[in-house]
Amino acid sequence: MLSSTADHLYWMARSMERAENTARMLDVTFRMSLLKQSLVEPHNEWRAMLSISGLHEDFEARYAEPTADNVLHFMAMDKENPGSIYCSLASARENARAVRGSITSEMWEALNHTWIEMRRIHPEGVRNLDVSRFFEWVKERSHLSRGISYGTVLRDDTFRFLRLGTFIERADNTARILDVKYHILLPSPGDIGGAADYYQWGAILRSVSAFEAYRKVYRDQITPKRVAELLILRPDMPRSLMACLDVVNRLLQEINGPRSAEVLRRCGMLHGQLHFGRIDDIFANGLHEYLSEFLERIYGLGDLINTTFFWASDE
Amino acid sequence: MKTAYDEMHASDGSVRENYRSYIEWLQAMPEDLIRRKRDEADLAFHRLGITFAVYGEDEGQERLIPFDIIPRIIPAGEWKRIADGLRQRVTALNAFLHDIYHDQEILRAGRIPERQILGNSQFRKEMVGFDVPEQIYAHIVGVDLVRAGAGEYYVLEDNLRTPSGVSYMLEDRKMMMRLFPDLFARQAIAPVDHYPDLLLNNLRSVAPKGVDNPTVVVLTPGQFNSAYFEHAFLAQQMGVELVEGNDLFVRNGSVFMRTTQGPQRVDVIYRRIDDDYLDPLAFNKDSMLGVPGLFSAYRAGNVTLANAVGTGIADDKAVYIHVPEMIRFYCGEEPLLANVPTWELGKPADLEYVLAHLPELVVKEVHGSGGYGMLVGPAASAAEIATFRDKIRAAPHGYIAQPTLALSTCPTYVESGVAPRHIDLRPYVLSGKTISLVPGGLTRVALKDGSLVVNSSQGGGTKDTWVLEN
Repeated sequence: MLSSTADHLYWMARSMERAENTARMLDVTFRMSLLKQSLVEPHNEWRAMLSISGLHEDFEARYAEPTADNVLHFMAMDKENPGSIYCSLASARENARAVRGSITSEMWEALNHTWIEMRRIHPEGVRNLDVSRFFEWVKERSHLSRGISYGTVLRDDTFRFLRLGTFIERADNTARILDVKYHILLPSPGDIGGAADYYQWGAILRSVSAFEAYRKVYRDQITPKRVAELLILRPDMPRSLMACLDVVNRLLQEINGPRSAEVLRRCGMLHGQLHFGRIDDIFANGLHEYLSEFLERIYGLGDLINTTFFWASDE
Repeated sequence: MKTAYDEMHASDGSVRENYRSYIEWLQAMPEDLIRRKRDEADLAFHRLGITFAVYGEDEGQERLIPFDIIPRIIPAGEWKRIADGLRQRVTALNAFLHDIYHDQEILRAGRIPERQILGNSQFRKEMVGFDVPEQIYAHIVGVDLVRAGAGEYYVLEDNLRTPSGVSYMLEDRKMMMRLFPDLFARQAIAPVDHYPDLLLNNLRSVAPKGVDNPTVVVLTPGQFNSAYFEHAFLAQQMGVELVEGNDLFVRNGSVFMRTTQGPQRVDVIYRRIDDDYLDPLAFNKDSMLGVPGLFSAYRAGNVTLANAVGTGIADDKAVYIHVPEMIRFYCGEEPLLANVPTWELGKPADLEYVLAHLPELVVKEVHGSGGYGMLVGPAASAAEIATFRDKIRAAPHGYIAQPTLALSTCPTYVESGVAPRHIDLRPYVLSGKTISLVPGGLTRVALKDGSLVVNSSQGGGTKDTWVLEN
């Protein structure tokens, strides 16, 4: 496959996955802010949302306060913020357009239609938007495009680079979502394990569609350690880090080429670390520290995928 | 202006034979159903993203080329005559290209003035003495045909560089079949959807010698080019890679593409980039679109470019005048398709006549294309004519003039209902080991009342083109 085609496929899938996860994060933040206005300091959740996305500097340069409206606009609609849902959908569509000859026409139509819709919605602004419905719509469009790729794309490298993009992005996003608790301050240390704490962990589970799964797996009350175990180490939880790395590892082995040795080695190490990891060890060293390191490594892996497959020097 | 030939109605108002079945069907269709189908077509074209970029407009401005649901219908016998004429014409054009880049017999025989060829900026000295596979230069030719007063066809121009529009021909047919499947059951209409197969076979047939299983690619300037949709579409339909300049590189005299598995050899490039931008080392050195070293790999015979470098010399408007003479010279036959009578403003007598008759004539720049930079006398204001007169006087060699033909009309849906609009026809002729073409081509329609300019950049639309099989 052409390196540039693989590059576009990978980023098309990453952008769509990012739009979905941003919608998930915003949705959960929105719900948290509605539920417990009395329990936490104003704007606390919205500030946390910015800092886990790593976008707070850009935000502070252009917006006043991290109010709900401001953050929602910044993360959902801002044309200047490359991480916004608007820009992610634009990028998914632009990348799809660049490789429309390599994807199925259903895929292209779905992504193009999503973009046409997004452009129609955009002028309404967040203030007049039914935000929850909007986030539902983003998730549905993402489900649709992933479903179409699953149902229509030939199982060759086209499919593999699409999936690779999806799962690298998802691993990154799940780690960030889980880390949100580090950034949201509880009113006082005494509140740990209290109602606010419970709702926040519950909200995290819901944001990655894992609330029911948690009940099914643990049949017990929600505790931070179990939430983390579910979202980091459980291979059967489709958005967990383990599940993502299982897929990434397998895909890289299937793509295997003359230049793959280093990327396979790095991915294998990360995969092995999750595979043999224990939640007690993770908590002993600090969840936030663990997640920060994971984010760095997944970033490094993405970089290596880039230089191995997309931008290798051939001449 | 003279009355135009109407494709559907004879001068006494009766419906022509080739449209009878269609009209019967149309009259039985409720009007609101037609309106719904037209909306459906618009939406589908938008969703499919069959759009083109308009230069000079906002980023992200993609416009739809309007699609009209009333087809242009050509009877079988009429098409056969057109097809024979096209084969003959393209054969002569390829023979001409081979000749002027080799022995230049036609110049030595005095049939075409040497100055018009050798002094022409479209003549590529770099191609002299170089042999291309099968002696074919113009592998894909789009010939613009118009029909005048009594219904006779004329060749308006030959497009031998990177003719576009064939994707609309294919998508228009797909759309018609999707909207009105019953129409295709009523009548035997010649299929066109095998065009990508013909194109791929044609490209493979001109691969460099000794290559058994050639790798073909489509080279595009990129997604901001107005015809990008078509480039992607053709690559997908042929099942070959769509590449941009930076996907390719030249090593040891051969062309490779960068792939996730390392470099892969490329044998045939269907390029949709103009000569000037192909290779910054050989041509325009500022080109970011091309591939450094491509021309030397081409000259070494290690890769085929389709169309060949230097075909522009044969579709120059000053050279167009001589195509009938080429047919006589190379084929020993009389031309089956006529040229539009043309004045060369480089000739003093022609210049004098044209300047005296500007309000009746169409004047074109010799090197222009796409409907830009032309004067349509009957539609121009006195001031526009005066400005153009000055431009012509300043550089008469740069212009040709033709009578304003009453292009044939075809009934078309417009805001006020159905009204006749002027149309042309662009069939696509493929040349390799053999010549092939699909029946029909792209019919473009000038949607503005009275307008004769069918180019999409100037507000033209398209119609499905049917060639009847009996």
